[in-house]
Amino acid sequence: MAEEETELSDEQKKEIAKWFLLNAPAGEIQYVAKDLKSVLNADDVYNEAASEAFPVYNKSHMICLEMRGRFGDVLVTSYGELNENEYLDPKTAQVAIVDHVKQVCTEVRPATDEELPSPYIEEYRCALEAEMLKYVSEAYPKGVCSVYCTNGKDAEGPGSDFELVVVISAARLSPQNFCNGSWRSIWNIEFKDDIQSLELKGKLQVGAHYFEEGNVQLDTKHEYRDSTIFQSPDDSAIAIASIIRYHETEYLASLEESYLNLPDTTFKRICSARLVNKYPRRPYVILGLKAGA
Amino acid sequence: MEAAMGLMRRMPPRHSETALSALLSLLPQHSSDLLSQVDLPLQVLCDVDIGKEFILCEYNRDADSYRSPWSNKYHPLLEDALYPSSELRKLEIEANDIFSIYRDQYYEGGISSVYMWEDDNEGFVACFLIKKDGSKNAQGRRGCLEEGAWDAIHVIEVGPEQEGATRYCLTSTVMLSLTTDDESSGTFSLSGSLRRQMHMNLPVADGHLCNMGKMIEEMEGKLRNSLDQVYFGKTREMVCTLRPPAEVAQMRLPDS
Repeated sequence: MAEEETELSDEQKKEIAKWFLLNAPAGEIQYVAKDLKSVLNADDVYNEAASEAFPVYNKSHMICLEMRGRFGDVLVTSYGELNENEYLDPKTAQVAIVDHVKQVCTEVRPATDEELPSPYIEEYRCALEAEMLKYVSEAYPKGVCSVYCTNGKDAEGPGSDFELVVVISAARLSPQNFCNGSWRSIWNIEFKDDIQSLELKGKLQVGAHYFEEGNVQLDTKHEYRDSTIFQSPDDSAIAIASIIRYHETEYLASLEESYLNLPDTTFKRICSARLVNKYPRRPYVILGLKAGA
Repeated sequence: MEAAMGLMRRMPPRHSETALSALLSLLPQHSSDLLSQVDLPLQVLCDVDIGKEFILCEYNRDADSYRSPWSNKYHPLLEDALYPSSELRKLEIEANDIFSIYRDQYYEGGISSVYMWEDDNEGFVACFLIKKDGSKNAQGRRGCLEEGAWDAIHVIEVGPEQEGATRYCLTSTVMLSLTTDDESSGTFSLSGSLRRQMHMNLPVADGHLCNMGKMIEEMEGKLRNSLDQVYFGKTREMVCTLRPPAEVAQMRLPDS
């Protein structure tokens, strides 16, 4: 066990602090930050660690922030990142200026033309966004979805490849019930002009944390690949949305399957609720007999 | 210290060792509190004299050595080490024998160890440990999970005898982690720990081992139910809240 009394350098403390912040479960980084501050008892070290860890955490958890002025919500993701504090909301063509550590959007400005895709790309992006919003509002009670163009956003017309990314982030935070959780989907869609096909890659991740009289965490990941043909913006959008719907429904079913099989497997294979019929008496009776003998 | 325990309640259980060593280096002045309050997956050592494995914990540790319940020797050897009184050692030997039978009946395999030591108020403390590896590579008879580990720690404080009865205070922690990984469903991992307490006043006439055995068996039953409810119930409930299964979504549509 590490019991050495040597004083840690500030750099080492900062690295440890970042590790704690980055490992916070969904929606719990502020609680971790509060405890960490009092454990560290060094504000400079904490502030430095926070300024480095929060942006990474916010992007990897794809947190959702409210934009002022009736623009709705913006997702903080690496796909919409213009610079460290500026995140594009493609839906409204607004840019949210974000305070990472406070986890709020402080200001909103319209995106410039250079920050937005060309009209040709926008047609595909917009059509897919409409389909995805429909799907997400049906499938996720609290889901937020964004569609970004991550590659080839300046293509003016047919003849070049480009890439769209669909992001779905749904979080459910109910600390009063000692339970938090999040669902994250990231779908990369490569529009390959030369072979007239669309290549899809999906990454799904679900996490849950239960912390009443204990600490139990669920962590699941899965990846999917699929493809379809390159069509008009509207037809591509419908095809992509139905592929995503199919795989996500399939994934949910496989999670259900795990929940159906695992308790049985676990309790049978690790620790059975019933005694193996090898001894005639229950153990405490054995205990009693032996102890009294 | 409270903040440190707060952090431990939020860090992913599979990283609890990393989290603890980070806290130990940040708070060296609290190292003994941290080591006694944070439960980590149990480690084992082989008793070289007997050729049998035993479980390591704070309660059989002295300096960097651990006492085996089988030979009563410290590994590695330690001079001037602490031992239970010969009377308590007799009870410890008996408890180990009987607890092995109990463990084998419920767990079909695994390792168990019982340690006892005198405490300051005329009573004693007993610690019952069980470790079972249920992963597919393990020697366990029925392993099939990619990874599946069960660690149970039961600490019973036994008070002094008063009018033929004794107060038993049991604190139990079960750590369970399981992972499955396959083509069709990806990786699925559940891990964590639950802790419960139980107090009982029982007649001494029945014998300490009998009383403690009853309590542990009852507690393990309760913990198994809680694990079932929390691991598989609460987390599944969360998944279904995030993205309700199709039937539920359809049922909701007409209302909205």
